Amino acid sequence: MLNILNYQFIQHALIAIILSSIVCGIIGTIIIEKKLILMSSGIAHTAYGGVGLGYLFNFNPLIGALIFSLISALSIKKVRNSNFKHSEIIIALFWSLGMALGILFISFMDGYPPNMNSYLFGNILSVDSFDLISITILTIVVLLILTIFFEDWKIYLFDEEMAKINGLNTSFLEYTLLILIAFSVVILIRISGIIMLITLLCAPSATASLINEKLNSRMIIAILISLFNSLVGLYISYVFDIASGASIVIFSALIYFIVFNFTKLLKKNS
Amino acid sequence: MEKALVVKNLNVKYGNTIAIKNINMEIESGDFLGIIGPNGGGKTTLLKAILNLIDYECDQILIFNKPLKHIKKKISYVPQISKVDRTYPISVLEVVLGSKLKKALNPFYKFTKDDINSSLEALKKVDILDLKDRQIQKLSGGEFQRLLIARAIVDNPKLLLLDEPTANVDPNSRNIIYNLLDSLNKQGTTIIMVSHDTMAISSKVKNIACINGDLIYHGGAKINKNVLDKMYGCPIDLLAHGIPHRVFRDHNHQG
Repeated sequence: MLNILNYQFIQHALIAIILSSIVCGIIGTIIIEKKLILMSSGIAHTAYGGVGLGYLFNFNPLIGALIFSLISALSIKKVRNSNFKHSEIIIALFWSLGMALGILFISFMDGYPPNMNSYLFGNILSVDSFDLISITILTIVVLLILTIFFEDWKIYLFDEEMAKINGLNTSFLEYTLLILIAFSVVILIRISGIIMLITLLCAPSATASLINEKLNSRMIIAILISLFNSLVGLYISYVFDIASGASIVIFSALIYFIVFNFTKLLKKNS
Repeated sequence: MEKALVVKNLNVKYGNTIAIKNINMEIESGDFLGIIGPNGGGKTTLLKAILNLIDYECDQILIFNKPLKHIKKKISYVPQISKVDRTYPISVLEVVLGSKLKKALNPFYKFTKDDINSSLEALKKVDILDLKDRQIQKLSGGEFQRLLIARAIVDNPKLLLLDEPTANVDPNSRNIIYNLLDSLNKQGTTIIMVSHDTMAISSKVKNIACINGDLIYHGGAKINKNVLDKMYGCPIDLLAHGIPHRVFRDHNHQG
């Protein structure tokens, strides 16, 4: 078993798992508290357009994904701020528009279309050095911005109006949060793929929210749960020879449901 | 006397719906004003416009003779309890400490001893000091309401705006809240309080403003029946201070 650690692609996969777990624990907790889950999923799906664009013009699809998710995050926010009542319509439109653009860009390519599965469903074993460098940089940015302004985030996430009245720069925090969500999407694409990444992003934090009541310890617990889920998921995929992204997502959801029912049972008995 | 608040020709629209129109108010420093009016009459909207939390049109809003942006540290707000997320993972003390973040951004902020002591003092004033380490999800409605007030008064604001501070709270909390507001007012804090509680309000406040889209009445706390009728659109019965009628009169309202 241990000698598989000598393979470079396994080493890459493990580093990617550690980094993505940090992001899931932090950003997942924030989007659950700020009720931005659907929006984050919308942003993720829009990223497919960027992946397609990257293939078409021959640059790294992750860069395309980053550009598209940033544009969609900022646009969705603009619509929400303008008091437009049906912002979920805009989320849905961006969601499928991004996917459609991705398909369109791919169809413009000459010859056989490339295999997009690793971006749609994730393939952690195909993480290359460029992916790893991008994921590392983005994770460091997320981690720094969160820890430097932790007290600001804590109050902003709790009560935005009061934060504004007290003089906090809430629009800076708001836009920074959207940019961080876009970063997280890009970090997670290689692991679980666009379609499944919302579970990867939310499930560990949701599980942590069942067992802990403090913001910072909840984030740390979520990071550990995410790490555990991804490693076990990856191991299961190796043993049973199934897709790693699906395996990790299924295991993450399973853990959430187990903890959910277990805590419910505990409450009943206490 | 110094004016705590001057509002000139304030209008707020939500889409095409007019929420409040042509509001003109002047509130003396040291006043304790109760704002009453029917649901959807624009009471909360007025507070939010004063605090610049929503878009509005107006000729002027001055707080102690200055625009809001120059006066932020002197004004504070207690939102409606139902508008605040009570499941958020934060402790009682942390909520109050949050008001100590005064800069636009506070990198690597560590709360000082002064921050902590004045926050504890505020918790003491609303009588929930013993709950300081409790997570807010475990507070009762009355305790949570008192926490929101502690958060608002921690820096001794000169103008305090409260939105329904006694809705859905237990009688004990209600007493503590009214006594605290009373003593703050006596120490010089100008208070503007939105309330449903018409019965209680007339005995607690110095002046009353009635809002139903526009400002119907602004004056002494003993309002008469005509004002109330105009405010609610039809004759109503109130068990309130200064209003002798306790039986429904004829319902003349057309339509």
